[in-house]
Amino acid sequence: MSLLDVRDLSVVFQRRGERPFTAVDEVSFSVEPGQTVGLVGESGCGKSVTSLAIMGLLPRRGNKVSGQVMFDGADLLALRPDDMRDRRGRDIGMIFQDPLSSLNPVVPIGTQVAEVLERHRGMDRKAALKEARELLDAVGIPDPNRRLKEYPHQISGGMRQRALIAIALACKPRLLIADEPTTALDVTIQAQILTLLKQLVDETGTALIMITHDLGVVAGLCDTVNVLYGGKVVERAARHELFARPRHPYTHGLLNSVPRLDSPRGERLHAIRGSVADNIPWVEGCAFAPRCDNVVDACLEGTPPLEPTATGGDLRCNNPVTEEVAVP
Amino acid sequence: MLRVIVRRLLQLVVTLIALSALIFIWLRNLPGGPIEALLGERATPERRALLTKALGYDQPILVQYAKFMQRVLTGNFGNSIRTGDPVTEVIGRAFPATIELALAAMIIAVGLGVPLGYLAARHRGRLLDNLSIAGTLLGISIPIFFLGYLLKDVFTQNIHWFPPSGRLSTGVDNTNVTGFFVLDGLLTREFDATADALWHLILPAFTLATIPLAVIVRITRASVLDVLNEDYVRTAEAKGLRHKTIRGRHILRNALLPVVTTIGLQTGALLSGAVLTEKVYNWGGLGTLITDSISGGRDYPVLQTLILLAALVFVVVNLLVDLSYAFIDPRVRVR
Repeated sequence: MSLLDVRDLSVVFQRRGERPFTAVDEVSFSVEPGQTVGLVGESGCGKSVTSLAIMGLLPRRGNKVSGQVMFDGADLLALRPDDMRDRRGRDIGMIFQDPLSSLNPVVPIGTQVAEVLERHRGMDRKAALKEARELLDAVGIPDPNRRLKEYPHQISGGMRQRALIAIALACKPRLLIADEPTTALDVTIQAQILTLLKQLVDETGTALIMITHDLGVVAGLCDTVNVLYGGKVVERAARHELFARPRHPYTHGLLNSVPRLDSPRGERLHAIRGSVADNIPWVEGCAFAPRCDNVVDACLEGTPPLEPTATGGDLRCNNPVTEEVAVP
Repeated sequence: MLRVIVRRLLQLVVTLIALSALIFIWLRNLPGGPIEALLGERATPERRALLTKALGYDQPILVQYAKFMQRVLTGNFGNSIRTGDPVTEVIGRAFPATIELALAAMIIAVGLGVPLGYLAARHRGRLLDNLSIAGTLLGISIPIFFLGYLLKDVFTQNIHWFPPSGRLSTGVDNTNVTGFFVLDGLLTREFDATADALWHLILPAFTLATIPLAVIVRITRASVLDVLNEDYVRTAEAKGLRHKTIRGRHILRNALLPVVTTIGLQTGALLSGAVLTEKVYNWGGLGTLITDSISGGRDYPVLQTLILLAALVFVVVNLLVDLSYAFIDPRVRVR
């Protein structure tokens, strides 16, 4: 049985006086124990909203969440808020994009790690701080005894993200959701954090949902990749399959737009035409159609279905790409 | 840290000197004065001149000021023209009354204002929030003396819940230790005196608290709304922490920083509000002393010391607020 099974998850933002906006549109995917799954797409494709919906962290007002999120035999969306509160931080951990703003500026790092242990593992402050020290050590923060008493502004960005990872993994959750964990960091630090995540996930057997717009992150980490566009999954494939034979024109465009060091001098970078603003509603056809090089008449006649492919993935496209690209 | 304190204290000295000069010149230029008050309107010019000379008011104003400062530096604030008592004694009697009143008002304002502001923010756009917005607007706009007489009329004349005026009932025996009647009662274990002093305190304190209360509700509400959108609150939620922990450690701890600043600034409002409140409830503090000293013949020695004292209290409270900031917010400490 899958650890996490997301079925037909939809999130509609409804603000008074505005037209409802469907941020996540019947997204389904599953995560096996210990597996690393990528959610990939550009800004506004619904990947962060998906993760917040799974965690039950969307604002209580102004949105409608439907579908099912089965975790451990229970539908997280149907849980009472207090039961969900018990699971957050204990069974599912989460890491956010900006490590500085994600830590409380007026509370010492040690307390911020210890409080999650006190909450879910019933430790007293002293035991929790001792465990917090171990955790900071495990995520590679030097001199953890000193860091326990320091405040977020006193440590570097990379260390802050390490501290957040320590917090998310403190209770040994079975699932970790990382929402663009390296976006706010320097490139050299990015690699360190990704290596650390990979190592910790391998050691503890924690399943990981990696949310990113960075295909490099996906290439180094994920077993399976879900490509999201306009709130829907447009392609799902194993990592090697996706990089070797991207079928959806959007995925293909994403891979082609990665700059490469071995390309001939003077060659122009490939870019996907237009922007998300050009999308058409899914009910009228494929949302990507206005930007697509492979567009055919069928693309403007209703939503293309998500269909299984011969290689074990899924694809939502009327006229898929057939050429192969070399892994960047 | 020490350097900051020293620098602020030096600033304080400069502020007070400048203020004292301003007050001195301003007071001397007010129409009327102690000579008229003491001798009456029909006194002969000779007698006026004699008294003016005796009090030293015939000298140039700068000379008067220099002499005043000279005496102040040796701790001599002179005698009240009205009663002849030393100024320190006159003010010493009234000072604890006002501080007691102002403290009680501040406790009410913070104790009610912070929870109300927090609840309003958490129920943004709903009934409680709208009520709080309307209520605070009313609280800020109602003149203190009007509210004072209104409350007094309702709670002491129509329903007799509170005494109409004074700090203690006649016949209640209290031993005067500090001049703070509530505290005195506790210190001397005369709990009936404490209860009676509290009973007298409630209505004036509420009257005086309305403006700071309204301001604190507004500031807390706005500040909590800001903090609720912060990423670290989402992190706290993602940790599955209890409401209590998120509210105290993650929301209020950050949201209260601007509120603390407000408390310092509201001291000024409290001091000026005290003048009106004390008049309404016949409280016998600094406010009463100021009005009596002005209307009772421009009691220069008392007035200039009083105003200087008020300025000192305001500046010192704000210094304390700034210093406490460094303890609440670790980011300030480093700078």
